[in-house]
Amino acid sequence: MGILKPMRSAAGPSSAPRVRETTGVRVSKLRIRLKRNVVIKTTGRRDVWDGLPREKEHPAFDEPHPFTECEAETVQKALLSVVNERLVIKGGRVVNDDQSQYADVYVEDGIIKQVGENLIVPGGVKVIEANGCMVIPGGIDVNTCLHKPYLGTPPVDDFYQGTKAALAGGTTMIIDHVTPQPGESLLEAFEKWQEVADKKSCCDYSLHLDIPHWHEGVKEELEQLVQEKGINSFQVYMAYKGLFQMPDSQLYEAFSFLKELGAVVLVHAENGDLIAQEQSKILGMGITGPEGHPLSRPEELEAEAVFRAITLGNRVNCPVYITKVMSKSAADTVATARKKGSVVFGEPITASLATDGSHYWSKNWAKAAAYVTSPPLSPDPTTPDHLHSLLSCGDLQVVGSGHCAYSTSQKAIGKDNFTLIPEGTNGVEERMGFVWDKAVAMGKMDENQFVAVTSTNAAKIFNLYPRKGRIAVGSDADIVIWDPDKIKTITAKAQQSALEYNIFEGMECHGGPVYVVSQGRIVFEEGNLQVQQGTGRFISRKPFPDVAYQRIKYRNKMMCKQGVSRGMYDGPVYDVPATPKYITPAPSAKTSPTTHQPPPIRNLHQSNFSLSGAQIDDNIPRRSGHRIVAPPGGRSNITSLG
Amino acid sequence: MSYQGKKNIPKITSERLLIKGGRIVNDDQSFYADIYMEDGVIKQIGDNLIVPGGVKTIEADGKMVIPGGIDIHTHLQMPFRGTSTVDDFSQGTKAALAGGTTMIVDHVIPEPGSSLLEAFERWREWADEKACCDYALHVDITHWNDSVRQEVLSLIKEKGVNSFQVYMAFKDLYQLSNSEIYEIFTFLGEHGGIAQVHAENGEIIAEEQARMLEMGITGPEGHVLSRPEELEAEAVFRAVTIASQTNCPLYVTRVMSKSAADIISQARKKGNVVFGEPITASLGTDGTHYWSKNWAKAASFVTSPPLSPDPTTPDYLNTLLASGDLSVVGSAHCTFSVAQKAIGKDDFTQIPEGVNGAEERMSVIWDKAVVTGKMDENMFVAVTSTNAAKILNLYPRKGRIAVGSDSDLVIWDTDAVRTITAKTHHSAAEYNVFEGMELRGAPMLVVCQGKIVLEDGNLHATAGTGRFIPCSPFPDFAYKRVKARKQMAILKAVPRGMYDGPVSEFSPMSRGGTPSASARTSPTKAPVRNLHQSGFTLSGPEEAPIRAAGRRTFMPPGGRSNITSLS
Repeated sequence: MGILKPMRSAAGPSSAPRVRETTGVRVSKLRIRLKRNVVIKTTGRRDVWDGLPREKEHPAFDEPHPFTECEAETVQKALLSVVNERLVIKGGRVVNDDQSQYADVYVEDGIIKQVGENLIVPGGVKVIEANGCMVIPGGIDVNTCLHKPYLGTPPVDDFYQGTKAALAGGTTMIIDHVTPQPGESLLEAFEKWQEVADKKSCCDYSLHLDIPHWHEGVKEELEQLVQEKGINSFQVYMAYKGLFQMPDSQLYEAFSFLKELGAVVLVHAENGDLIAQEQSKILGMGITGPEGHPLSRPEELEAEAVFRAITLGNRVNCPVYITKVMSKSAADTVATARKKGSVVFGEPITASLATDGSHYWSKNWAKAAAYVTSPPLSPDPTTPDHLHSLLSCGDLQVVGSGHCAYSTSQKAIGKDNFTLIPEGTNGVEERMGFVWDKAVAMGKMDENQFVAVTSTNAAKIFNLYPRKGRIAVGSDADIVIWDPDKIKTITAKAQQSALEYNIFEGMECHGGPVYVVSQGRIVFEEGNLQVQQGTGRFISRKPFPDVAYQRIKYRNKMMCKQGVSRGMYDGPVYDVPATPKYITPAPSAKTSPTTHQPPPIRNLHQSNFSLSGAQIDDNIPRRSGHRIVAPPGGRSNITSLG
Repeated sequence: MSYQGKKNIPKITSERLLIKGGRIVNDDQSFYADIYMEDGVIKQIGDNLIVPGGVKTIEADGKMVIPGGIDIHTHLQMPFRGTSTVDDFSQGTKAALAGGTTMIVDHVIPEPGSSLLEAFERWREWADEKACCDYALHVDITHWNDSVRQEVLSLIKEKGVNSFQVYMAFKDLYQLSNSEIYEIFTFLGEHGGIAQVHAENGEIIAEEQARMLEMGITGPEGHVLSRPEELEAEAVFRAVTIASQTNCPLYVTRVMSKSAADIISQARKKGNVVFGEPITASLGTDGTHYWSKNWAKAASFVTSPPLSPDPTTPDYLNTLLASGDLSVVGSAHCTFSVAQKAIGKDDFTQIPEGVNGAEERMSVIWDKAVVTGKMDENMFVAVTSTNAAKILNLYPRKGRIAVGSDSDLVIWDTDAVRTITAKTHHSAAEYNVFEGMELRGAPMLVVCQGKIVLEDGNLHATAGTGRFIPCSPFPDFAYKRVKARKQMAILKAVPRGMYDGPVSEFSPMSRGGTPSASARTSPTKAPVRNLHQSGFTLSGPEEAPIRAAGRRTFMPPGGRSNITSLS
């Protein structure tokens, strides 16, 4: 056990004091076949253990195995009382984003210790028979809002409820958005979120910071967050005028600064100015119901903002990550930009991949309001299909859930005014299932790409790879056994979320998790969740993720601009009257040409510019208003270089 | 079929002219016919015309006779920081006539904060005094408020202006915000105006300019480095979006780059009513000259959006022009002397912006598009004249050779070759951005208002003969589709019963950023519940969720139903 201690220290500040005494007891009640006989038999063959050719990434591998047969007993007992459990997943097909292979996976101390066939594992190990099912890295949901208050009321799914739902859907890590109010300190908000999450979260988590508005003071906090707190992603808003929205010049500054820090810039891309106009227009027309929401936020405004964000990213040479890609045109904009070489990532969410915006016109107010999120779901019913196609071909990279659950009574705050409806849909539990159902089962996507978009790409972009997002020796034991044939009908009655509705109500979903292993423990098994709040650790993330920043670094070197070295211009210069450039009409308008301009020093030797000669209208006198410093004999020598 | 303007009619009467043996080329067809003109109007077209005696006859010898060009974008006599462009209305229109252009449309640029109407009158005065050919005016909207709104309305209704330009660049000077542009477009869409836009992202440009100057780049190359074509494309995209939202026809002035042109052509494919205007400079030359060692030469190319340093740009734009994705060619003729440009000798942001092109406009297109086989002669007429007339609602008075149209026409010599040089051009500028370029195709004879103004290379233009041509709103070319869409796009609310379910309590702060003082905290209103009608599925109490202590909801523990009375 001792050799594994250093590994744990990487887990972040909050993990250290946690002792889970009950775990062992709990787990023993599960229907897991403890194949003691098999295990004991194999533990004796140490020669085989040493000689097996396996991946050698993990330092622990080369250590001689610490257990003898008699020791195994005591350690076994110790294990029950102490933290961890050992687990072997047998007979599964390990699917990573790059390859699939039949292999067993041995897990100890929350870390994957061995991957391969005929593993030699110590005694007392729980065995999960995968029976040929897929063994995939646990999902990473990069977009949740489990603590984002709306007008003082928190969402009904907090970190406990929300992570429970995540685990039930095969997601073993979430990245939540910290949403400080304008004027609030980012650091304080971060600490508040971390405290709440540490107490309640059932799976590992990390945090994005939303920057509510840009000012000099923010910079210091951002620096601290990146360098000391392990945050490498920050969201800026192009919408929510008068609240979170930043003008282009601030976005430029924010992008420039975040790039220096090596952070990933997340962008909520919608044109807030136009939305504000459209909202007042639509309210003025007497449309107050949820259909006003998509009417005032047409997908063009999303595409426009995506385009602008990418332009900014290109100018600053900074990676841009578009959260919530909801429409075809926005997705196309991302795809086109990628083809032109921009470093941009697009994240569709569960809702945009599985349903559409036609429900906003539902006669049932509560149902219509349940779909309210921003950018809105597109009323175009072909949208989900298109987004899946782009996801499959790699033009979109990551699937989030945008899970932000407000109850119907909270949504009803906006019952007379759609602009007040709190925004957010569910999706954390359904996320992986729908990607499987609508992309893999339809033949658009293969299983490796499925792993990439639900887990690996997110881990890479947010610099968690290969600790997360991969089944490999040394990676965290966040593992899902996925059954492609499982069929589930989504209903609010059976969901983990505390919501009283589900926007995917009644939809049938093929594919789902059979077992979910989080931090090396089985938390979901054949429909039963066994979780404990507070077990989730905060995972800190380093800046400069390779997948985003490697190209940026090279481009930085390429893009050094240089001025042209010229001689001084020594020709005539028109004398500009000293009126201010930007006219706020000054009371003392200068009318008489009084300023005396000093004659320019002329150098008549060097002339290299062709001049207009005699004009057809030379006889026509010049207007009196023309003040030209050049002498009538013609001017020459514009510069001294040839 | 009389389109006579009110002014100057006596001056041009009784000039009779017959053009024989020419091939008339309109935008839709070409045919051999004679043209008889009287009083500045085309009276007859056909073979074997019966004309009065003593008529001056021109033998066209089978050459092309085309409608005179319309240069839809000029800045003549434009005031700039106490000076003005070196080509005034006389000089500028002469250059235009020399190149086969018989009408110009100039931009009125009121100082921000000043009256649009006053500025318009001032421009009218200058132009009436000096213009040698017919002209119309665009008015630029440089600030926006209710009084500007009134002025725009009276310009449309009474003054004969139907196109207005807004700026997305020139931060803190002309630049308008998205919301203002939205309001302007909405207003123009209602009153039949054409929204023109100078499309560049001024916010980012300002940042980039500061960065360039900080890096020590002060020469003209800084101009193009701080205004990369992406920023043009971005703004075009945004303008298209706003126009589409407000259902207003959009006209993008100065399409200078491939990516901006692509955005326009994509938008047109999606059905947006948008017109793109490349200019002579973007069709004829590129932005590599900004790196010239000769400061004055480099500075002479400074215009906004800048010429693209990508040398394949002109060819690409000519292709899109030929395919109809770009609609019309302007010149953006705005000439400053070297001394004036030298205001910015130490800081490229101070260089006055503008290039020449009024005279070279038609020849550049002929040489780059028609001679190369990209475009046919009918399309040539469309992009140099007819489309502009249609957008300005002057068609068929202008832009067509037909009975009743103004007798502005050009006999085009397809074989002529001339070398462009500042020594022989008609502009007063001492440089020419097309210097040394050999162009095929040139006007052999130009008839303006029924009078021969260019013959055998000699210009006989008279300042002050140009008339102001009023443009009326709602040009069919742009507005027919917009009108139809207006009827389609009526939004309707969904008729629902009142929502009578529970409403959670909230503190009405934070929205809008300023926390209001009276935050409601005590639950005062109990919602009325109706338990009979339930139209929404509810989560069953499978596993009692652990509620956060801080949560206040009005939902009864036994389950909640009836969210609304309609199901």
